Amino acid sequence: MRTSNFPIHLLLIIGGIAMVLPFFWMLSTSLKTPLEALRFPPTSWPSSMQFSNYTEVFRQIPLWRYFANTVLVTALSLFGVLATGVMAAYAFARFRFPGREVLFMGFLALMMIPLPVYLVPSYIILFKLGWIDTYAAMIVPWTVNIFAIFLLRQHIRQLPNDLFDAARIDGCSNWTTLRKVVLPLCKAPLVTIAVFNVIASWNSFFWPLIVTNSDKIRPLQVGLAYFSREQTTNYTLLMAATTLAVIPLILLFFAAQRQIIQSQARSGLKE
Amino acid sequence: MYRRRREAWSGIAWLLPALIILIGFRVIPIILSVRMSLYDWGMAGARAFVGLGNYAAVLRDPVFWQSLANTGWYVLFEVPTILFVSLFVAILLNQKIRGLGVYRTIYYLPVVTSIVAVSVVWRWILQPDRGLMNYILSWFHISGVRWLQDPRGLFQLIAGPSVQLPSGLRGPSIALLSLVLMGIWKGIGYSTIIFLAGLQNIDKSYYEAARIDGAGRWATFRKITWPLISPTTYYVLIMSCISAFETFAQVWIMTGPPAGGPLSTTKVVMYYFYETSFELWRLGYGAAIAFIAFAIILALTILQRLFLERRVQYG
Repeated sequence: MRTSNFPIHLLLIIGGIAMVLPFFWMLSTSLKTPLEALRFPPTSWPSSMQFSNYTEVFRQIPLWRYFANTVLVTALSLFGVLATGVMAAYAFARFRFPGREVLFMGFLALMMIPLPVYLVPSYIILFKLGWIDTYAAMIVPWTVNIFAIFLLRQHIRQLPNDLFDAARIDGCSNWTTLRKVVLPLCKAPLVTIAVFNVIASWNSFFWPLIVTNSDKIRPLQVGLAYFSREQTTNYTLLMAATTLAVIPLILLFFAAQRQIIQSQARSGLKE
Repeated sequence: MYRRRREAWSGIAWLLPALIILIGFRVIPIILSVRMSLYDWGMAGARAFVGLGNYAAVLRDPVFWQSLANTGWYVLFEVPTILFVSLFVAILLNQKIRGLGVYRTIYYLPVVTSIVAVSVVWRWILQPDRGLMNYILSWFHISGVRWLQDPRGLFQLIAGPSVQLPSGLRGPSIALLSLVLMGIWKGIGYSTIIFLAGLQNIDKSYYEAARIDGAGRWATFRKITWPLISPTTYYVLIMSCISAFETFAQVWIMTGPPAGGPLSTTKVVMYYFYETSFELWRLGYGAAIAFIAFAIILALTILQRLFLERRVQYG
């Protein structure tokens, strides 16, 4: 039965090298001198490693600021998504009120509308609120994630009714039921939502590109994109900045690999 | 009666935070966008009602059609490649092999890294003079590919200089294909994971039955695997089409400035919308572009549903 797996491994390894090579090249270039980076044929690994590239990047762009901005935006929008998501999902799953199903369908329909359709008027609304180039512009519109509401609602609806009856008999209010009964049972979907949301907001580019215009507010991705446009020749510094920008998420990925991959895989099985 | 009403009010109250945000930043903007698309709406607020004039103008705009064709080529070259390669990788990973976790991680790495970062790295790799890609190709005696700067169409190159193809049929430019290449590299891991989950969900007894019947590998794939993962395939197809349509950061970072070059051959719909709205500040015109693009995506999704869903077998 068990034939030789050698050809399979060979194919997978070749593919794997292709996957990793760009990252290796990024790291390698980030440690070269500008002269060595431009040499052709290229050297695979720097002959003397220039760690000073990394300190130089911090001197040229406010990288700490970008980091802090990204962390702040990611954390606050995640907090919003979880809070609004849990409340809305509980309402859709447990309360009866007229128009509930229509409203829920409306939410789902909104999920299908692509960004360009609502982008410009949202920008104008943010402008009228005086929020352009503030954290609020990057956070507030993204404190609701319809997919999160959908996922949590499905999960809460699957919980047995007896559980809620028991809670009511014990005199629990809806708040207490939510906190003590529902949330502990929703760990898997909550982790999925958190994973999706952190990756998405850490990497988001289009929205912050449009609603920010100063270095003080800009998140990492936008800062890096502008830096890359200025640095069309100085690739060592650019690669150092890029390495710094991808490292936190790669570390997060290695730490939470299982959850990330499983929750993504699960999303494809939902139909 | 009283309880009912209270429950109804609580329901609304609990929905309120989500509702306020969605109404403020989705529903109202969508309505405003419809209105905006009916006006000649400029930066300074000077506006004149033009009815469906913007839509008519967009449909007559050669740049719009070019951006649509660019997007179409992008989808046509990227989506099927991702579909087949990732299915193949998923099948390899689904064998009883060692190091599954390691492979999965490696293939998934590009998915979690930001499109901005990978665009910056790939722009460096695809440098014509000293890029890694051309160096590797030089081992095979291919040299001097000007990846992100070559506007020549693929089909025109195949046909040779003696045949002059009409502009719509010259095919995707080398520059656009470079973006496709990176898109494939970035997107494979995601679909692989989804396919792998789909494959692992197939009941092993089907395969045992097939083996007893003496079915070969190809027959087993055709008769068991392919039909049983068709919902997954459908999902991957829709998701990769949508994300291909949203291509933007690559264009902004890799093919500029001015972005969208060379000769506008990488100016995809999303980028044309951005340029119109946020560089030229023709907001009404931009809104019309957004709605026409949305209508096209919707039509394609419905078509995919009509043609493919009948063939999808839900277990």
